[in-house]
Amino acid sequence: MDEQFILNIKGLRLESVAGNVIVDNVDLQLRKGEVLGLIGESGAGKSTIGLSSMVYARAGLHIAGGEVILGGVNIRALDTEGRRQMRGKRIAYIAQSAAAAFNPAHSLMDQVCEAPVLHKLMTRSEAEVWACELFTALDLPDPQNFGKRYPHQVSGGQLQRAMAAMAMSCRPDVLVLDEPTTALDVTTQIEVLILLKSLIRQYHTAALYITHDLAVVAQVADRIKVLRHGKEVEEGLTPQILHHANQDYTARLVAVRGAAASERAVAATVQSETVLSIKDCHAYYGDFHVVRGVSLDVKRGETVAVVGESGSGKSTLARIITGLLMPRSGEIVFQNKALPPALNARSKELKRTIQLVYQIPDVAINPRQSLLDIVGRPVEFYFGASRAEVLARAKELMTLVELPEDFLQRRPGQLSGGQKQRVCIARALAAKPDLIILDEPTSALDPLVAEEILTLLRKLQRELGLSYVLITHDLDVVHRIAHRTAVMLQGQFVAFDETNKIFEHPEHPYTQKLITAVPEMRVDWLDEVMAKRQAAAA
Amino acid sequence: MAKLIVNRLLLGILTLFAVSVLIFVCTQILPGDVASAVLGQGATPEALIVFRRELGLDIPAHIRYWNWLVGALHGDLGVALTNKRVIIDDLLPRLRNTLFLAGYAALIAIPLSVGLGVVAAINEGKWSDRLANVLTLIAISLPEFFIAYLLIIFFSVNVQWFPSLAMVSNGMGFGERVYQATLPALTLTLLVAAHMLRMTRSSVLSVMSTPYIEMAFLKGAPRRRVIVRHALPNAAAPIITVIALNMAYLVVGVVVIEAVFVYPGLGQYMVDAVSKRDVPVIQACGLTFATVFVMLNTLADILVILVNPRLRHQR
Amino acid sequence: MKLFGHKLTASAAFGLTVVGIFILVSLFTPWLAPYSESANVGGTWDESSAKMLFGADQIGRDMLTRMMYGSRMTIGVALAITTLSFFIGILTGLVSAVMGGWVDVFFTRLVDVMLSIPSLIFALIILGVFGSSIPVLILTIAVLDSTRVFRLARALGMNLTVMEYVEAARLRGEGLWWVITREILPNAWAPLVSEFGLRFCFNFLFIAGLSFLGLGIQPPYADLGGMVRENAAAINFGMMAPIYPATAIALLTVSVNLVVDWMLSIDARPSGAQAEL
Repeated sequence: MDEQFILNIKGLRLESVAGNVIVDNVDLQLRKGEVLGLIGESGAGKSTIGLSSMVYARAGLHIAGGEVILGGVNIRALDTEGRRQMRGKRIAYIAQSAAAAFNPAHSLMDQVCEAPVLHKLMTRSEAEVWACELFTALDLPDPQNFGKRYPHQVSGGQLQRAMAAMAMSCRPDVLVLDEPTTALDVTTQIEVLILLKSLIRQYHTAALYITHDLAVVAQVADRIKVLRHGKEVEEGLTPQILHHANQDYTARLVAVRGAAASERAVAATVQSETVLSIKDCHAYYGDFHVVRGVSLDVKRGETVAVVGESGSGKSTLARIITGLLMPRSGEIVFQNKALPPALNARSKELKRTIQLVYQIPDVAINPRQSLLDIVGRPVEFYFGASRAEVLARAKELMTLVELPEDFLQRRPGQLSGGQKQRVCIARALAAKPDLIILDEPTSALDPLVAEEILTLLRKLQRELGLSYVLITHDLDVVHRIAHRTAVMLQGQFVAFDETNKIFEHPEHPYTQKLITAVPEMRVDWLDEVMAKRQAAAA
Repeated sequence: MAKLIVNRLLLGILTLFAVSVLIFVCTQILPGDVASAVLGQGATPEALIVFRRELGLDIPAHIRYWNWLVGALHGDLGVALTNKRVIIDDLLPRLRNTLFLAGYAALIAIPLSVGLGVVAAINEGKWSDRLANVLTLIAISLPEFFIAYLLIIFFSVNVQWFPSLAMVSNGMGFGERVYQATLPALTLTLLVAAHMLRMTRSSVLSVMSTPYIEMAFLKGAPRRRVIVRHALPNAAAPIITVIALNMAYLVVGVVVIEAVFVYPGLGQYMVDAVSKRDVPVIQACGLTFATVFVMLNTLADILVILVNPRLRHQR
Repeated sequence: MKLFGHKLTASAAFGLTVVGIFILVSLFTPWLAPYSESANVGGTWDESSAKMLFGADQIGRDMLTRMMYGSRMTIGVALAITTLSFFIGILTGLVSAVMGGWVDVFFTRLVDVMLSIPSLIFALIILGVFGSSIPVLILTIAVLDSTRVFRLARALGMNLTVMEYVEAARLRGEGLWWVITREILPNAWAPLVSEFGLRFCFNFLFIAGLSFLGLGIQPPYADLGGMVRENAAAINFGMMAPIYPATAIALLTVSVNLVVDWMLSIDARPSGAQAEL
């Protein structure tokens, strides 16, 4: 009965050295040639389970119980040498960050060929031939010579593919893919996804695909297992999980992503007065022309999103508005007065009216200050309030962002990611601003938490008449909150219109490419895209 | 990469210039009136004038500096104040002795401590590593003269293997030199090896924590291969830096050790000059020590550049 | 056993005890010492007896008394040096990190040049020109040592300046003083405290070494390094006289290092070398 499974994990249990249970009694079965998706939010234990299938635990953790049966052999019961022999050869790992996983001191070919030669499966020359085949299959440039390069000489997407080649070098029975496309741009991600899927199909390898992105895993996995806090929530065939989930948590995860198309309930908060207007702005980093002639306007009560991939210049635009970077030319008008481009030239009052919310809440608030200090300081600084006034206002702010008042005594280290982001928003609100710049405010948060933050932001906009400039790479976020959207590519806007219009009738080819690259919550989406590309190439 | 190396060499030369200026300023400018500082409050006005003329203090500062520097580059470091001897004649043989002692110690210390440091890192957490940690911690806490006296008590007084005073002279044969210098070299070795061992260990440990080392283990590479092929090439740069830093400790330790063993080296020469307030000798010795130091640091930085894989294979 | 909520190791407990004893002795020497500082109570290098626990020094004074006064002097001077050095180093380091620009370049280049001369050599140069009075010693060594504190404070400051919460304070319009004292310094304390311990040890050994060479604290002040020098000749007769003050020096520095090592290990995370294979 068990022989049909290539990988069979029973009752896996991992504990930290402090005694906390990280993974609690998880079972996992994988058939030959099958792809199982492991889905969960951060802290769910999915990476840990992936590594445990190779009987490997990072420092600070240890495998406390369970069996790991690979091809009928309980590898957990083997000694160190036995386990070492099976790693790389029968089960291989693809890490999240390729740049970190490659040794900077050796060439790519050395590292790709290392495993098969080490495990005595091939000679070095045979391994090199096989590596070139894999490079070709993974669509890497100049496959015959690609291996001679060093990790720092190739791009992120290429390195990720090289890592896939390294994992396949021994033709393992099982591949463990740990968030392989999370660190990549949306348009690069889809290329790598297509290649990974065809590679897995071609060599009939079984795979564990670990990710937090349900839409991505739906394209590649035959079955999906949902994890939460180290325990299994649900498992089933992919279409069943997507459309008929049994558990409430699973349903919520699916709903968050899938709501993109349906949720357009962006309230009518826009007024007629223009709060911010940018005309033909140009900015440089040294000689590099990073912002090329951008024009933008934001009305009171409106959210304008600026969407782009890394390197598009969207973050630079945010820095220009806040005064951290001086543009070389262009006009910026804020509330009918010219905005001095340099931060130092702005009055305290002016600085008060434009606030910034950062991407990573852990570094955006000082870990050594209490929440009262963090949220109260702007009140004291801008309004000269007394101690009692500051305390009263701080309590109001906590209520506004839906945090309990007694949190004011706490330090950031005691809060979760979502709570910290609420504190950042409260700090921005403390200044009673007219405009808030949100720089990727939800990118570092889990999808369900991000959803809550977006709901909060919409509520605040309704109640306080705030204007937002939202910088993001995530199109889903844009759907949920932006009235108008600008699409940015290499320093220029290729589109700037109402959000609905942009997504329903994308005109510019880049906009089309961006929209179609976002995985949808349908099982056959990727296959459709692959078919379309083949048809276009023919 | 060649450009980087040339830049670093130029920086080294520039630093030497800056150092010479600094030394000159400290010895000739800062004290205000060097004459009364050296001769004391009770000096007669005539004595002060004579002193100033002897030292050439009546010439403007930058010309004095230039003269001094040009002289130094030609090997003329002036004349000692106390005994009127030509400085370079006394300095050169002592420099040779000091370099011999330092070299002797380095030859033993470097391979020993780097090797043990790597082993300690590999065995992190085990008893052998913990023992090494405690022993080296004690060793770096002890003053140099303490270690020296302990070794003297044991090796000279008790078992009488080595002399307690290192009498090294010019005409001595190599073997005799080695024998006389053994106890001081051993002391220096203990001093420096402990530092180097600790720093090597932490450098290797930080390399062992990188993701690409984890990847190597996940490919099924055995521990020895991971350390030799994957970790060490990347630990080379920090280890070289560690060695250079500790050559600096060596320079400092040499001075005290020479005093304990009455070894006729540059350190002793300088200490004598300081207690006699012999400014020209102090200048000369300071410049010599600093030059050796800057040269060592420059060499270390260049080696680090040569070893960096990102620089050896450009984009 | 726990201290400030962290588990104490045996070596740390030992270290803390010894340091505690030294501090107490140094503070209350005039009341605790058996004899006065320069009282002559025996012959040269008398053996240890009930009257004199560690025997006599080279002119017949009680070794134990001299060691107590010596500790007081040497520890006091080393503490003064380290405090001054930290004050200078932290101020210049953090200002350089936060202000950047020409201020940063100026201080960094100056420190680079100063660090190109080994500290002992540099100290010898200054002492040779200005003499070895206690104020000169303290000032010279403090300024030399502050270069290392500068480097650490600057590195910490540079890591912290790029944190978004520092940028947020800047965006608000907070002044330099606020940013340094309220945003950066509270996050930089931990490494600075352990560094204080290490620098204290170094300066303590440095002063003792200089005194040993005859260039540090001058007689008639009692000082541990000077005592080693004065009693050095006894070694040739197989007597232990110089070993007592030398051991005192070693004991204190070992203890401080043990305590600092323990403090550093509290924060240390297990490294990759301990992964389960």
